[in-house]
Amino acid sequence: MTTALPSTEVLPAAVKDETTTSYAKRKLSSPWASLAALVIAILWTLPTFGLLVSSFRPERAIKTTGWWTFFSDPQVTLDNYKAVLDSEEGAGLGSFFINSIVISIPSVLIPLTLATIAAYAFAWIKFPGRNLLFLVIFALQIVPLQVTLIPLLTLYVDAGLANTFWTIWLSHSIFGLPLAIYLLHNFMREIPATLLEAARVDGAGHVAIFFRVLLPLLRPALAAFGIFQFLWVWNDLLVALTFAGGGDAVAPITVALANLSGTRGTAWHLLSAGAFVSIIVPVTIFLFLQRYFVRGLLAGSVKG
Amino acid sequence: MFGLAKSRRLRGALAGTVGVGLVLGAAACSSSSDSSDDDTASAASIDCAPYKTFGDLKGKTVSVYTGIVTPEDKAYKDSYKPFEDCTGVTIKYEGDKSFETQILVRAKAGNPPDLAIVPQPGLLKQLVATGKAVAAPAEVSANVDKFWGADWKAYGTVDGKFYAAPSGASVKSLVWYSPSEFKDAGYTVPTTLDELKTLTDKMVADKKKPWCAGIASGEATGWPLTDWMEDFMLRLSGPETYDKWVNHEIPFNGPESTAALDAVGAYLKNPAYVNGGLGDVKSIATATFQEAGLPILEGTCSLHRQASFYAANFPKETKVAEDGDVFAFYLPGKDATSKPVLGGGEFNLAFADRPEVKAFQTYLSTDTWANIKAQASQGWISANKGLDTSKVSNPIDKLSADLLQNPSTTFRFDGSDQMPAAVGSNAIFKQMTNWITGQDTKTTVDNVEKAWPAK
Repeated sequence: MTTALPSTEVLPAAVKDETTTSYAKRKLSSPWASLAALVIAILWTLPTFGLLVSSFRPERAIKTTGWWTFFSDPQVTLDNYKAVLDSEEGAGLGSFFINSIVISIPSVLIPLTLATIAAYAFAWIKFPGRNLLFLVIFALQIVPLQVTLIPLLTLYVDAGLANTFWTIWLSHSIFGLPLAIYLLHNFMREIPATLLEAARVDGAGHVAIFFRVLLPLLRPALAAFGIFQFLWVWNDLLVALTFAGGGDAVAPITVALANLSGTRGTAWHLLSAGAFVSIIVPVTIFLFLQRYFVRGLLAGSVKG
Repeated sequence: MFGLAKSRRLRGALAGTVGVGLVLGAAACSSSSDSSDDDTASAASIDCAPYKTFGDLKGKTVSVYTGIVTPEDKAYKDSYKPFEDCTGVTIKYEGDKSFETQILVRAKAGNPPDLAIVPQPGLLKQLVATGKAVAAPAEVSANVDKFWGADWKAYGTVDGKFYAAPSGASVKSLVWYSPSEFKDAGYTVPTTLDELKTLTDKMVADKKKPWCAGIASGEATGWPLTDWMEDFMLRLSGPETYDKWVNHEIPFNGPESTAALDAVGAYLKNPAYVNGGLGDVKSIATATFQEAGLPILEGTCSLHRQASFYAANFPKETKVAEDGDVFAFYLPGKDATSKPVLGGGEFNLAFADRPEVKAFQTYLSTDTWANIKAQASQGWISANKGLDTSKVSNPIDKLSADLLQNPSTTFRFDGSDQMPAAVGSNAIFKQMTNWITGQDTKTTVDNVEKAWPAK
């Protein structure tokens, strides 16, 4: 997450003149660098690829040999996928998959909306105690979420929210907000004050400035944080385990995955197939949105 | 983020994701409607007479929270079916592998389930200490008096108040062996500890490494050794001393402990005896408990001390029976007359006293349920005396059930499960692992004694 911080240093380099970019291009596209990149890419992808191959192998083959033996002895079966998806005989991951979607979308939208508004206030509205309050919010990131689990759950139970999606939505929003406000605040601060002044001269109030000037410029930042938060929520196990106390009705796919291998770990051959069902969404999102992901991290304000 | 929807790639991504979601969702919906049809079909064939006493519980729900997940959970759900169908109640079963930590979180935060299946008396005490648990109703207490021994009732009792009826049970005092090897080599199943020693020496004389063991089990690495030690504690010093030892009325570094651990060492730290098919003495620390008994099938190991549930670790085609590929014999007592059995089990602890929860609790403490559950599952037994062992099909389950119901058996619960968590699931495990990799017995018991929390 801290990778977002270097943005201020990258910014001057990126907007420098043409010679710098061509210099960088020449330097970066050296054959050695390409080779290194390729090797790293292969090394990093190999385990996932092995997992994919494993997920199609029969139980006995998975339990006795490594996935690479697939190439000398190709046996393909869909049994593992049947076992994890079938809701009667198997784990029935389908309904957990839906739960995960139902959990993720509000858990991204709530903090995103609140954080954008809060970040605007911290960046461009002067009010007493602003810096202190911002410091407090920034400091909240240091609080490990584990210490809040039992008190928070107690509050939910008292409020009658236990065993509903609300506990998970609210928890993810709470845990996501400090970082979201901090990140978006930094992006907003980088927008030149002259731009806002010009808008103000034209008669725009806070609402108009927020929606018509800042939001379009903030798109990459919003996309970046949205993807961050989405991946975090989708892959989260701890928050779901603690707060989704309602059993199968509200538990996300990560909880189902954790239980997939069986009480004494005898069904671990199903894990590769289960993992692939679970990563469809994050991988799709990442592949299609990686442009925004990188741009959101690196790009400055006015370039948009 | 919405402004981006102009992008074709994003739209593609969304379409892909949503598409997958719809397909999975449709699959989930269609199959769930199928299952409800099956339920109604099977209801007709059940004799509801024994369930009359529970009354009409239509529209009520009881939630059950447990650490038992697939594939063992199916037998639980199936065994609840007759009760559900006859009383109209809905049992919501929630299995979670992180049960042991989450149940404490949920109990402390005031969000407990109606009923929890607790696998350790130690955890049971912790849960009762949260103040959220409710004592067992009189019917359950009466059933436990009728179907279980006083020792089992004591494990479900905290500070003189009876809370939880026993559910399943497992027998740990078993030694796995290969019946065909015994037959070919002319070995006989030992009936005393001395005979076990003689048998081991005989195997060594036959140029075999008799014993195999493995204690690696993630963060619980070391637990199989605690079972070894408890078994020998129980045999060498007797059940009364064992109870004192578990409750820390005698120190962990006393002469009894030292003798028990040394007796274990005579087997497991003897390079001539271990580690068949797996390596030397130190390989015990690195072999996982799941794989440690498998060399029996390959003929490289002859004896493996492990609980009845180990049967599930053999490959599916293995025949587990007295005339099959592997089977187990009772780890003998000091002499042929005493029959101490070390075991484990689960307890049904309630957090609510609504009538439907009470009724369900009562149902679970009957012999009716024990028999239905035992027939629905593989590798599950109960210490319930009403369990008809002739109907238990699985040979190893039958052996365990017979052991538990034998009147001359002295049952004792796994000691480390009853000790405070700082010792029972932490210090002992670590010290035992150090012990097997070279630490001497005195240092080991001294270190465990030091770890005992001050009262």
